[in-house]
Amino acid sequence: MTEAPAEFLAPRRRFQVLRRLARHRSFRIGFVIVVLLTLAAIFAPLITSFDPTAMRARIRFRPPQEAYWFGTDNFGRDVFTRCLYGARLSLTIGLGVALLSGVVGTAAGIVSAQFRRLDAMIMRLMDGLMAFPAIILAIGLAAAMGPNIGSLIVALSVAYIPRTARIVRASALVVRELEFVDAARVSGASSLRIIWKHLLPNCMGPLLVQLTFVFAYAILAEAALSFLGIGPPPPAPSWGNIIAEGRDQAVDAWWIMFFPGLAISLATLGMNLLGDGLRDVLDPRLKVET
Amino acid sequence: MRMLRRLLLRLGQAIPVILVVAVLAFFLMHLLPGDPAAVIAGPEAGAEAVERIRRQLGLDRSIPEQLLVWLWHLAQGDFGTSIIHNQSVLQALADRMPVTASLTLVAFAMTIPIGIVLGVAAAKFRNTWVDSAVMLMALIGVSVPGFWIAILSVILFSVTLGWLPASGYVPLSEGVWPWLRALIQPAAMLALFQIGFLARMARSATLDVLDQDYIRTARAKGVSEWRTIAKHAFRNTLIPVVTTTGIILSLLMGGSVVIEQVFAMPGVGRLIVQAILTRDYPMVQGTLLALAFLFVAINLMVDIVYTWVDPRVRYD
Repeated sequence: MTEAPAEFLAPRRRFQVLRRLARHRSFRIGFVIVVLLTLAAIFAPLITSFDPTAMRARIRFRPPQEAYWFGTDNFGRDVFTRCLYGARLSLTIGLGVALLSGVVGTAAGIVSAQFRRLDAMIMRLMDGLMAFPAIILAIGLAAAMGPNIGSLIVALSVAYIPRTARIVRASALVVRELEFVDAARVSGASSLRIIWKHLLPNCMGPLLVQLTFVFAYAILAEAALSFLGIGPPPPAPSWGNIIAEGRDQAVDAWWIMFFPGLAISLATLGMNLLGDGLRDVLDPRLKVET
Repeated sequence: MRMLRRLLLRLGQAIPVILVVAVLAFFLMHLLPGDPAAVIAGPEAGAEAVERIRRQLGLDRSIPEQLLVWLWHLAQGDFGTSIIHNQSVLQALADRMPVTASLTLVAFAMTIPIGIVLGVAAAKFRNTWVDSAVMLMALIGVSVPGFWIAILSVILFSVTLGWLPASGYVPLSEGVWPWLRALIQPAAMLALFQIGFLARMARSATLDVLDQDYIRTARAKGVSEWRTIAKHAFRNTLIPVVTTTGIILSLLMGGSVVIEQVFAMPGVGRLIVQAILTRDYPMVQGTLLALAFLFVAINLMVDIVYTWVDPRVRYD
């Protein structure tokens, strides 16, 4: 690993970071929640033998019981099964939004920091995007691009790109002024090399922290959009869809909308705890003492 | 004089943002897959109806031409016209805004004191059960979907206990109490996330301040602990809080879209959702743009308040 000059990713530091994370209480709790939910999503067909969309009129509105842990809905579909498959959708969208907004936001932030002539232009564009309330922008974009998972990921990513870009830009601007970057520049390193070897690795901490929070926001926002009828169209078992469909029966059959909401809360809580832990360990400037 | 110069400078910085926002909103319509006129007219529309909409929206011109027309209309205060109700976007917004503004402001009025008090208390009693309890509440607040907890709350407070109305909006003109009674529940549900967000922010801001030398000095010279916090720490705690005001208002406005849906309140959020479901894209486009303009203005005001709270801030 002689190729890793940035202090942050140097192997010994990396090991220390992992050790500190492993000792961080909220990181541990968040990590366990997120891993369990991910496993549940991946192995959904093995955990349940029901079909998430199969309707069976004979077993409508069954309250939670041994055979149907979370009860059944107005079409006789097993709510537990639908929540499991909903985890696939929600986690895919969360991950997709974190990755897409991460890549584009990082590119925009780094280019702004390194090529100062483009800075004003890129940042005004980001300011413009940020002027829209994030969820309303996502609603407008998702509506324009059509109701499917791909456009939902793009719409939510666009809404969260500006914040990521600002964070990366701010970190890169600090690193850029450090002596070792000056040294690299003087010794003839190209802009690309400086970006790749020095700026990027040193932005990773704040970026990773931001992306875990974007992941959490994306799960909440996807649920909200599905609830409004602008998410993946039913009968797709998205957590937001299940709540929207169960809403009319909320008084008599509370379990239909109760459990998917719990699932959303758990997933978001897990990502938030993970993010808090990462922030304490990776981003000492933002440290919230505990 | 100095204040005026700062104000003008800041206004100058807002102009490019306004332009960018206008252009972004323009392209929203062109994201529609395929022929926008056909999409807006709907799958059942005949060729004639599609042509009519195309002409009505000026979609038969070239894109640069359309953009110029769009900007020209905006400059004259024309944000477009609904193709469903034949009502101008601004008129529709003016009809709906009182509802959303009431909801947002009542939620804001709940968020600020509760969030700050919780955050400062958590910092003051750092590492005690108070701190843990507040931080746990804040964490749950930012993790729970607002519309879900709102439905649960309706079941408890409206259906089961019958204390508060389950839906609807009462204009302020019918009296303060009926207005507030209709708003308490939706606003509280809307405020939950923001209270958590602000409490976490206020806590870390207060912790930062409490570590400063001048706080130690105040304590050393015998100022009581509460006085130290109230007189010395609080003003500096306010700085990051003021900075986040714009974000909080923006989050509240976004959240109100969903909350209005749960409580069947005829606000801007419902306007947007209905416009989307009826493919009234000029309405969607115009409303989004007007909201973005509103937030450019709000952020401008936040910046001005900011310079007043923190005299160290300079824009040059």
